[in-house]
Amino acid sequence: MTSSDLNWDAIVIGGGHNGLVAAATLAKSGRKVLLLEAGNEIGGAARTEEFAPGFRVSAVAHLLNRLHPDVVKTLELEHHGLRIERGDFVPSVALSKDGPLVLHGAYGEVLTGASASEQSAWKELRAQLLRYAGVLKPFLSRRPPDLGNISLAETMGLGQTALALKRLGKEDMRDFLRVLLMNVYDLLDEQLSDDRLKGLLAFDATLGSHLGPRSPTSLLGLYYRLAGEIGGLAGAQMQPKGGMGAIVAAIRAAAEKAGVSIRPASPVARVIVEKGRAAGVVTRSGETLRARTVVSAINPATTILDLVGPREVDTGFVRKMKNIRMRGDAAKLHLALDRPPQFTGLDAAGHKGRLVIAPSPDHVERAFNPSKYGEFSPEPVMEITLPSLVDPSLAPSRACVLSAVVQYAPYALREGWTAGKPRFLRAIMAQLEAHAPGIGATVRHAELLTPADIEARYRMPGGHWHHGELQADQMLMSRPVSGWSGYDTPLEGLFLAGAGSHPGGGISGAPGLNAARRIIAMRA
Amino acid sequence: MNHHPTIKPSTDVRAFAQSHFRTLRPGTPFQPRIDALGLKQDWYNWAGYRAPHSLWDEELEYFAIRSQAALFDISPMTKYQIEGPDAEAYLDRLTLRDVTRLKPGRVHYTAWCDDEGFVLDDGTLFRLSPTRFRLCSQERHLPWLLDSAIGYEVSVAEETEAVAGLALQGPTSFAVLRDAGFAGVERLKVFDLAEFAHDGGTVTISRTGFTGDLGYELFVPADKALSLWDRLMAAGELRGIRAIGYTALNRARLEAGLIVANADFTTSEHAIRADRLRMPDEIGLGFMIDPDKGHFNGRRAILEARAKKKLRHVLVGLEIEGNIPAEHAIVYYRKSREVGLVSAAMWSPMAKRNIALASLQRPYGDTIVDDLWVEIYAMRELQYQKLMKKAKVVPRPFIKLDRRTANPPADF
Repeated sequence: MTSSDLNWDAIVIGGGHNGLVAAATLAKSGRKVLLLEAGNEIGGAARTEEFAPGFRVSAVAHLLNRLHPDVVKTLELEHHGLRIERGDFVPSVALSKDGPLVLHGAYGEVLTGASASEQSAWKELRAQLLRYAGVLKPFLSRRPPDLGNISLAETMGLGQTALALKRLGKEDMRDFLRVLLMNVYDLLDEQLSDDRLKGLLAFDATLGSHLGPRSPTSLLGLYYRLAGEIGGLAGAQMQPKGGMGAIVAAIRAAAEKAGVSIRPASPVARVIVEKGRAAGVVTRSGETLRARTVVSAINPATTILDLVGPREVDTGFVRKMKNIRMRGDAAKLHLALDRPPQFTGLDAAGHKGRLVIAPSPDHVERAFNPSKYGEFSPEPVMEITLPSLVDPSLAPSRACVLSAVVQYAPYALREGWTAGKPRFLRAIMAQLEAHAPGIGATVRHAELLTPADIEARYRMPGGHWHHGELQADQMLMSRPVSGWSGYDTPLEGLFLAGAGSHPGGGISGAPGLNAARRIIAMRA
Repeated sequence: MNHHPTIKPSTDVRAFAQSHFRTLRPGTPFQPRIDALGLKQDWYNWAGYRAPHSLWDEELEYFAIRSQAALFDISPMTKYQIEGPDAEAYLDRLTLRDVTRLKPGRVHYTAWCDDEGFVLDDGTLFRLSPTRFRLCSQERHLPWLLDSAIGYEVSVAEETEAVAGLALQGPTSFAVLRDAGFAGVERLKVFDLAEFAHDGGTVTISRTGFTGDLGYELFVPADKALSLWDRLMAAGELRGIRAIGYTALNRARLEAGLIVANADFTTSEHAIRADRLRMPDEIGLGFMIDPDKGHFNGRRAILEARAKKKLRHVLVGLEIEGNIPAEHAIVYYRKSREVGLVSAAMWSPMAKRNIALASLQRPYGDTIVDDLWVEIYAMRELQYQKLMKKAKVVPRPFIKLDRRTANPPADF
């Protein structure tokens, strides 16, 4: 073991986007920060990677819809290459044999392809969803209130939420509380009639979680999505030029400008603990690096159980960490195509959007059912993007990249993914073929990442991109575990800053920013 | 369909399978002997077992502890076998005291806490070998012990049923063991343990107990229980050996100043009300805490409570004027302000003092120890006589017997 002479104010473990945001924010406060990334490249699941010669794609996250405005502002990302313009917003398209239905602008400011009555019903529901998501928004971005020891600032934050609730008016407030923990299926049934629209919303509410539309609390997923914003517009989405890696590059540039030292290919073996205090890390190559503050932007359970070790924390805390549910249920598909596919009935602008195959809420529910018993969906639901239509540099000329998030693909597939993967790929291709006839014949290369692959490649236990199911019992004050939702841990000087912490996953940077702010506030 | 399943008449097998209800509470391996001596039929529930409050005479049973040799069945005590290369490290993280300083062949009294630093239980830890321990406690803790084992190479198994235990306490206890043929038992110092041959197997004898007197505890496999009992009874006949129940033991332990979980404090898994939880410092177990040893459960919370002066209670010994036991009396400051409660009290025949254990709210009992009073309700022919008696905070134990620690142990 060699000992480095260098001593750091803070060491950040994990160079995903949250680790970068935390590191950059800490460095901007004047701290000397070292960021250690296990992989050869930084960016984690927000990398842009080449998956076939000449074909590049956003690794896991392929749509930007919740990069937190405070992150953009604090790190001055617009000075570091981030471009967000209204013209970049892409629509959401519900693909259907009955013709597509398109939500234009920020989550369907305009709806086309539906009847007039459905359009007006949607207008009302959309306004309601955004209103209610707006009430939750402060909760879903700030540090959760510390119930045991509530500060003045937190009390004021809660007061603001109470005020926002009050502003809803009596009827609306009652309705907000009525629907808060509802399932999305029943809510949609109350207000809409078009299966295509309902299917899309049911898909969005359950995307990335082990829930079907009829599962209790499934509506929360939709609120989580709509609590995100981009370019100041809630529910808007874009396909970043250069893929998600371009966003990471902007954050990285901000971090480097602030003086962060970034070391890729430096996996951490363990966190050094001295008398209940984190004092640094030992890398797998045996180097000891000491710091006043250690920030882990990797999975919370990995941090505590593997890097710190159960011996340095209390039994109850170990129990809680072990009980975090994080078995992914979504797969990622990358196709290298000879030419852009033609989805039936869709115009050119539509092809640049987010294409969703989820023909009805029942279809989504049926797709979910087998996953409860360790089987993949025979007719999977999915969200498709064609990033090379937005940024032609991602594919060779005239060729096309297809990127899709596919559900449901249970992490612990009963038959095992070695046998299951080719069968699942066939099921996915059958769905694609039905909506884009002839697509199968143009596939030059296919890469399907099951949750098991995502786990191995991106060091996400369970292959879960939220690093812990994002459901009511694992949100807010209970994320990553109850009693420790404020980014600090039982170990003095050790903080958690990844998606496993509040508010959760997606390319928001909020956990990283909140953790850094907490550290700065604690003068740690 | 109107098809009803036929209910077959009960068979012998079925009746046998259900016969458990005929035994209201299971007995211990010593039950045949205890039942034969249990003239008073005065039973209570000790961790699910039928255990005697008293067998023949509370007073005489107590004096058997102090003047002769008393035999008390401790089999219902919860026992865990903890074994493996990491057993020491595991127990050091689990419990408060420094297990790395507990040598093989030694026993120590310890306690363990949850994450919040509240006491889950207290008990005794026997180090049988470098890698094998026995943990004895009041409550059952298997889920907690197993979850605590995550990350350690250690096995944890409950052995309450498999291992029978006896406490042999009192001035003649050493002589009884010697006369019973346990050669070398005189070498055991307080908190030592050793194995001895018995009935084709072994018995583990430790010089420990819950009486503050000279005494030993013996652990044998359940199937050797009766032969051990008989061996001790035969050897002790001329030394006044007597079987006793819990009432007598409870008096002796109070004189020795020892606390009982869920009598003198509420264990954290039992407490329903938030202010009933107790940290070690609040029940007189602060001495166990070693901030310089490795991490242990509750460390962060305990040290924080100390640093931020968040400790709210204190357990004290009281000496109360008069001779009426102040059991469960309210403790007052200046006869008016309620500051705590007596959890155990008695007139001590050995100390010749009216003694008690009480939980007080700090600073009373901590920095303010004067002008404390207890209100005793004495029943006098169907009428309470309320007595306001002065209480003085005194050190524990209330009695100190040289024979407990004398080496070699005296031959009475």
